[in-house]
Amino acid sequence: MIRLALTIVAGVILGGIVHLVSVLALPRIASHDAYSRLTPMTELNAVTALPSADPSRSPMPFMDPAFAMAICRYDLSAGPLKLTVPVSQAYTSVSFYTRSEIAYYAINDRSAGKKVIELDLMTEAQHDDLPEDEEVTAADRLIIDSPSTTGLIVLKALAAEPGLMPQAQASLAAASCRTQTEPAPAKQAKR
Amino acid sequence: MRLLFVTVLALSLATFVGIGTTWMTATKGTDLGTLTIGSWTARPKTGTADIDPYSRATIVRNGELPIGTGDGVAFTTVSDDKKRPLDGRCDVVLSGVTPPARFWTLTLYDGKGHLVANALQRYGFTSQEIVRAADGSFEIHVASRSRSGNWLPTGGIERYQLMLRLYDTPVGVATRSQREAPMPAITTVGCPT
Repeated sequence: MIRLALTIVAGVILGGIVHLVSVLALPRIASHDAYSRLTPMTELNAVTALPSADPSRSPMPFMDPAFAMAICRYDLSAGPLKLTVPVSQAYTSVSFYTRSEIAYYAINDRSAGKKVIELDLMTEAQHDDLPEDEEVTAADRLIIDSPSTTGLIVLKALAAEPGLMPQAQASLAAASCRTQTEPAPAKQAKR
Repeated sequence: MRLLFVTVLALSLATFVGIGTTWMTATKGTDLGTLTIGSWTARPKTGTADIDPYSRATIVRNGELPIGTGDGVAFTTVSDDKKRPLDGRCDVVLSGVTPPARFWTLTLYDGKGHLVANALQRYGFTSQEIVRAADGSFEIHVASRSRSGNWLPTGGIERYQLMLRLYDTPVGVATRSQREAPMPAITTVGCPT
């Protein structure tokens, strides 16, 4: 009888360990996460517009139908990324996600405070390699450190009414995200 | 023989308990870091790098992207203020005011987070589309049949959920109470029997 009780206790404790391991492992082994879903329909290091949310075809659950959305799926292994998003009339935001969907940074048009949201995205190692030039680190150049080499940038523009959707989509169509071919700091330092 | 039986029992129990609890927490969620106001709940930390492992597991399993904290915060509900599950065949009224935000959107989803098809192609409202009373308060009728004023069609599905997203808002990780974030009341006013 004692042996049976001990067996059950051991089983439950082991079960707790299985639970913790599986919860922590789930983000690594999941194959239908947002990044995997978006991979076939988006280009790497370029802005791809997503079709507007619709009952029959939505790339992801819980999408907000009031927004035009575009995705920049990035890979920083070839160098830092430059992101330029013109602000729409209503509301524009840019959110950054790691490969495993952790939202590590988000900014909207008002917090950016400009007509165009301009950002440089790089890994921490690339950030450390930047020459320490005061002009380069000036406030007008916003640098975001990505915790992972790959990830997603989500660009959103509000269509306050369904009729404004084409305008919101058009403003996102003017956004760009591309790998910086030559190091930008050298160029800026010459000025 | 006995040792074998004991080992098999312990291991199968471990598998059952471990996978079972993981499945439960990944589908139903946990109360970790949850902000509850009326029947609405939000998890502001899911939009930050401090997200808890359970919310991460849920998000990855659903395949969704959580709203970032610098962008906004999302409140969901599956029941009215009397804890009655939201039923698409009933008349449900959302009324009152919303927390401070630059704007908000209200969206109706089925249990899996998909939009619900309807003839009007209306899946939600933005704060700018709403017809309001003179004092700024509003009423939204969530029902299967057409209503005057702000009508959000349910398509007649049995269970649905509502998501209220506040954008560019002070509501977030530090918010604790109804006073800081007054959420609209949800009342089931009638059900065809």
